Amino acid sequence: MGYMSKVLLSAASGAAMLLGGQLAPVQAQDGKDANFVPLFTYRTGPFSGSGIPIANGMRDYLEMLNQRDGGIGGAKIVIEECETGYDTKKGLECYEAVKGRNPVMVNPWSTGITLPLIPRAAVDKIPVLSMAYGLSASADGQTFPWIFNPPNTYWDGLSVIIKHIADELGGLDKLKGKKIGYIYLDAGFGKEPIPMFEQFAKDLGFELKLYPVAATDMQNQSSQWLGVRRDKPDYMVMYGWGALNPTAIKEAARINYPMDRFVSIWWPSEDDARSAGPGAKGFRELNWHGVGTDFPVLKDIQKHVIDKGLSKVAKGKEGEVLYNRGVYNSMLIAEGIRNAQKLTGKKAVTGEDVRRGLEAINLTPERLKELGMEGFTDPLKLSCADHNGHGAAFVQEWDGQKYVKIGGPIKPMEDKVGPVAAAAAKDYVEKNAGWPKRTEACDSK
Amino acid sequence: MLYRETGQFKTSYKADMAVFPIRQDRIGLAVILLLAFVAAPLFGSAFLLSAVMIPLLVFALAALGLNLLTGYTGQLSLGTAGFMGVGAYACYKLTTFFPEVNLIVWILASGFFSAAVGVLFGLPSLRIKGFYLAVATLAAQFFLQWCFIRIPWLYNNNVSGAIEAPVRTLFGMPITGPHATPELRYLVVLSIVALLTWIASNLVHGRVGRSWMAVRDMDIAAELMGIRLLPTKLLAFAVSSFYCGVAGALMVFLWYGSAEPEVFSISQSFLILFMVIIGGLGSLIGSFFGAALIYGLPIVLKSLFPMLGLSVGAATIEHITFMVVGAMIIGFLIVEPHGLASIWRTIKQKLRVWPFPY
Repeated sequence: MGYMSKVLLSAASGAAMLLGGQLAPVQAQDGKDANFVPLFTYRTGPFSGSGIPIANGMRDYLEMLNQRDGGIGGAKIVIEECETGYDTKKGLECYEAVKGRNPVMVNPWSTGITLPLIPRAAVDKIPVLSMAYGLSASADGQTFPWIFNPPNTYWDGLSVIIKHIADELGGLDKLKGKKIGYIYLDAGFGKEPIPMFEQFAKDLGFELKLYPVAATDMQNQSSQWLGVRRDKPDYMVMYGWGALNPTAIKEAARINYPMDRFVSIWWPSEDDARSAGPGAKGFRELNWHGVGTDFPVLKDIQKHVIDKGLSKVAKGKEGEVLYNRGVYNSMLIAEGIRNAQKLTGKKAVTGEDVRRGLEAINLTPERLKELGMEGFTDPLKLSCADHNGHGAAFVQEWDGQKYVKIGGPIKPMEDKVGPVAAAAAKDYVEKNAGWPKRTEACDSK
Repeated sequence: MLYRETGQFKTSYKADMAVFPIRQDRIGLAVILLLAFVAAPLFGSAFLLSAVMIPLLVFALAALGLNLLTGYTGQLSLGTAGFMGVGAYACYKLTTFFPEVNLIVWILASGFFSAAVGVLFGLPSLRIKGFYLAVATLAAQFFLQWCFIRIPWLYNNNVSGAIEAPVRTLFGMPITGPHATPELRYLVVLSIVALLTWIASNLVHGRVGRSWMAVRDMDIAAELMGIRLLPTKLLAFAVSSFYCGVAGALMVFLWYGSAEPEVFSISQSFLILFMVIIGGLGSLIGSFFGAALIYGLPIVLKSLFPMLGLSVGAATIEHITFMVVGAMIIGFLIVEPHGLASIWRTIKQKLRVWPFPY
């Protein structure tokens, strides 16, 4: 067959597929059992700086399981990336494309894509794993049985940051009379913590200064930092994404803001800090997993994937913050599938099975050791009611070359965060009249 | 041979001035409508309907709205996404305030809110033209998007800062929310788009459309002929914004299901402007062509690679798609600067004399 006729044929079959309907469910090439894990990634577009390491980490861990163990529980993992460009339109297109092919779950990696999927998950029976992003209220498993957002929410993160600042000062009461600045992406993500921040300010007696950065102005923050220079806050807290992070770190360095008092939520990468030069030294951010490659799981990835040339990661980039976050994300995927296999006795599992499997996630220290993640992250236990775990986070500091963990794990203030999360879940249900009551049975008692 | 008007005699001025004077055109239109209304929902897959057709129709409607303003009246606007947002947010507020009223009523009503905002930002158009007007509409875009972010009332104080389409039904069947079938959503979108296209077609072929085109071609001459510039331009802004507003409401309620303010960003405005330019300024069918090319082509290209048996990374496909679409746009514009609609006209002209061109 000539090349041209092949092109025509495939174009015709493409049109036929578009018209004709569903693709066949995914099967491994040799006809054996397989589990289809679509990965929504963004290696292109304005957010690709964060998206590429995450995508590599996610993919490499699953590929490592395929190479080392032949998949999970004897069933290969069919990994397929769908490029979203961090664009909601394309994300929904990806979702529609994979929906009929029995994906075990989706990882939208964008709050904008997560939100439309939340009501659909229960109907399409596809769990959504939005790891520490998305709708914070979805931590409530009784209201959102199909949505998972471990290991902590943005509210948890804020309470950890406040605790960290208090520890630095020598107690929560020392916050009284202090001034804390909050620089954030002026969108749902950055605005979510504000009510809680204001509550903290009232309860603990500190003054809160807000510095919103519009999404269109992420790379131009001079006016915000002029405000910081004028207000002289004692601490700065940042909730940023994409170009906001490196710009803020650069601007902070330029006005000689004391970097060890500049604490961010968990998204800035090495590149974000590095681009600000030596002035960024001391910059702090939260994290909940290790950085670097000194963990058995990362060694396995190097051995089975990177050294074999199966990875797209640039040399030396494995082990960076966001790469390891992708690894952590895929570990959760794998654990969900593994638990589902245990619960059902099947090798090839469905979204419904994996939803149960995710609820059964119990990362004990022993289990983490088996996974080669000893010291990589803290134990995590999910349940039917708790889809988040509200795990501890620690603070890491940029030493000019890499992030170094400082201090031990800090637990979120559950007494403050719990009510806010519960109220938000209730609010969501009220505003979406007819939100279904949980009918899914609970495995873990 | 098939496409020839020989023997079709017109015996009245009305028949001569019809929108589709040639019988084959009328048959073609009927076939297209039959395909769209009957064949697509019957035989189309869920993916085709919800990921290709619905977005395409929504974009076509928005492009049509912008085309009325930019293509027919010659007023350049960069505020399309903002006006779409007004429609979406208005529809959201209306349907959450009055949930018992049918959503379709609110989708159409939200267009009027958008039209009012459009008129407001169209006021400077009497004094400023061309690029300067583009800047004024750009201000509308930024201001409106700022409102969507900063006025919590608009999104009912949702913690997520996004608007979420509540479940609404039509004849007892859900048309929004997770249980809505793609077929029904598609039919609702298609009906609204078809209705508004028909209205637009009547508008541009009538007195209103002629006065718009007169203003576009030379406003001083139009004024001398007795066309009052301000009402004409404002009407164009109102009608255009109405279309964009309805498109925005359709987008959030029948396509996305929920939307952050980021959806209505400036890049969306540019996307629709490109659709209008590629499709053909001052052409209704061009709006559909433009939407199909800019939105549909990447999807087709994306599905082409796996079909050829080439295993290419998702990101590589995206890059290739960018390059191919970009090259095609430039190619099309070199071959036919007046857009796809002009190519379509040329093809029709050629067909009429085929196979004996003279």
